[in-house]
Amino acid sequence: MQRTVFKSRWLPYVLVAPQMVVTVVFFFWPALKSLQLSFFRVSPFGDKSTFVGLENFTKLLTDPDYYASVVGSFLFAGGVTALAVLGSLVMAGLATQKIRGLAIYRTLLLWPYGIAPAVAGIIFLFIFHPAYGILPYFLSFVTDYQFNWLLKSWVAMTLVIVATAWTHLGYNIAFYIAGLLAIPASVIEAADVDGAGPIRRFTAIVFPLVSPITFYLVVLNMVFAFFESFGVIDAVTKGGPGKATEIMVYKLYRDGFIGLNLGSSGAQSVILMAMVILLTVLQFRFAEKKVTYR
Amino acid sequence: MPETKTSWWSAGAALLVATALLLVPATPALAKTEIQFWHAMTGQLNDAVNSLVKQFNESQAEYEVKPLQKGNYAETLTAAIAAYRQRQAPHIVQVFEVGTQTMMLSGAILPVYQLMKEQEIAVDWKDFIAPVVGYYSKDGNLYSMPFNSSTPILYYNKDAFQKAGLDPNKPPQTWKQVEEYSKKLIASGATKCGFSTGWPSWVQLENMHALHDQPFATRNDGFDGLDVQLLINREFGVKHLAQLAAWQKENIFSYGGRRGDADPKFLSGECGIYMQSSALIGGFTKGATFKWGTGQLPHYGPPYKRATSIIGGATLWVMKGKPANENRGAARFLKFISDTNQQMWWHVTTGYLAISNSAVKNLEAGYHFKKNPDQFTAFAQLTKGTATPNSQGLRLGNFTQIRDVIEAEMENVFAGKKTAKQGLDDAVAKSNEMLKEFAAANKQ
Repeated sequence: MQRTVFKSRWLPYVLVAPQMVVTVVFFFWPALKSLQLSFFRVSPFGDKSTFVGLENFTKLLTDPDYYASVVGSFLFAGGVTALAVLGSLVMAGLATQKIRGLAIYRTLLLWPYGIAPAVAGIIFLFIFHPAYGILPYFLSFVTDYQFNWLLKSWVAMTLVIVATAWTHLGYNIAFYIAGLLAIPASVIEAADVDGAGPIRRFTAIVFPLVSPITFYLVVLNMVFAFFESFGVIDAVTKGGPGKATEIMVYKLYRDGFIGLNLGSSGAQSVILMAMVILLTVLQFRFAEKKVTYR
Repeated sequence: MPETKTSWWSAGAALLVATALLLVPATPALAKTEIQFWHAMTGQLNDAVNSLVKQFNESQAEYEVKPLQKGNYAETLTAAIAAYRQRQAPHIVQVFEVGTQTMMLSGAILPVYQLMKEQEIAVDWKDFIAPVVGYYSKDGNLYSMPFNSSTPILYYNKDAFQKAGLDPNKPPQTWKQVEEYSKKLIASGATKCGFSTGWPSWVQLENMHALHDQPFATRNDGFDGLDVQLLINREFGVKHLAQLAAWQKENIFSYGGRRGDADPKFLSGECGIYMQSSALIGGFTKGATFKWGTGQLPHYGPPYKRATSIIGGATLWVMKGKPANENRGAARFLKFISDTNQQMWWHVTTGYLAISNSAVKNLEAGYHFKKNPDQFTAFAQLTKGTATPNSQGLRLGNFTQIRDVIEAEMENVFAGKKTAKQGLDDAVAKSNEMLKEFAAANKQ
């Protein structure tokens, strides 16, 4: 990459300034406010705020519901990341073959990414709801087993994982298609000539060559699953049943905006941010070693 | 891209004219003082609110109430709080009954009895029906204006009853009958399940405790102080929840989710009996494809007394910090909606209870209830039983979170993950924590 050289000293700063303003106002300032809020007990209407030190944090760390939420969040994030990354690699592989209508297939594969998470949630709600969904209706002709996610928490968790992964497939597929197309055909052909079967070709050549993309997508999907999965959960399960799908980002919304306990909500958002930062740092330290950059 | 300079000028001129037209407001002859009214009513109820507001606006020339739908109850409350913190609160906000304690102790509201006194508007406080007044008063003074009050009642599918060989004019009155009728409904193939419920905590725990004269919480259900603890894990609560869980296994009871999520179960004919807010009468009248009727909530019978149910719904709260002339507008609007004529109109249009005795008397005199017996069920349930201290309502801090906790534990019990005793014990433990939090945050 070429380094751009500016003739004037202040022009670069001026050009970056609008973005900086947006980042500071919409990201840093609220984050600092949340940090501040986490040390207080605030009345809903804001008229009383008492400094309580680390009490909000200790209350959370001794709350079994919070631990359940953390475990659930990891389960959820792991599931979404695995499904979204692997699923998109497979689909990208399919979308790089020489078949008719390739452009149409690619468009359709990328499309779901443009849907707002809440809308995706509603779509899944209408397909899967035990009372008025069409899938349970058809399933009832095949099996007596009730996939009632209002009662069975594993069904609810599976449902939100699949719905969330589905919304993010398009993004991943776009990257993988680019990555797969960047692999020189000659390398594949050479391997083919040497007698490597399709599986060997994949594991020894394709997968390592797209590993930078895989690494990037895993990090990004994890962060996405921790933070931006709110829409699907709110539209579909609302944290139920029995708090089984109340992942950390949803719990802090419920406690803060429905329960009006802003101090605890602030503390939760601080812990969530710290956790995700830690996760990202760990991934960069350890997983990046395995990535083969060209 | 226009090719010639003239085209650019024309485009520019057109844009200028358009902007000018947009910026010049249609100035009325007299500028009315605006009163912001935030509410959570949707669909047909939203239309009713708009109509009611229009009636008020057209009845006088000084004030214009602007209704604004802000989402559901929780979202509306959150919006009002956020706006209040920005000093841009609405004049009037509709808050659900579980927010009562939060609003009362918030220091952000102007109690309506005080508002009316300041504005010298006479209101016949004694005319309001007792269960409604009791819920929203402190020391005998009404803090918020009752607006849309309801109580849960029993709905049943008359067509399904007929098919099952049951008398379509006799809804079940005891829990034993509910079980019996449900079994018959399922056996005859008329429905897949016996009954379901909306708002699980409100209907099956809060109202059942009240109806059976059982205390829901200490300190007189929270009315007497903030050092409150829940009592739902005692004999009655455990008995009823365990019974529901057992019925869930046989499909006599079919859990359909929180709030109104289970409505489709009844409307689709899947369940023959349904317990939900009386406010659904209007919606069911429009939406049900079968003949249906109402009855009072079922009761276990002796040894439990039959008391009354408690109200739900929401009331209108007036926010502090507005100038006196705007307060006057708010006061006049609240007086308007609580007048007998408007009460009768609101009840007939929405199915929500008319909250004054005069309105009820007028409705009775006009044979309204004879022609619409279903709309009388709620009144009967609220006023004809024996009111006891356990049936006057609940006043708990952090009630929204507490209901959340209770309903989550109910789901665990219905799913078979916990026994009724375990679930209720856990719910009580967590709720008591929240009540302690609330008391600490509101040390008076």
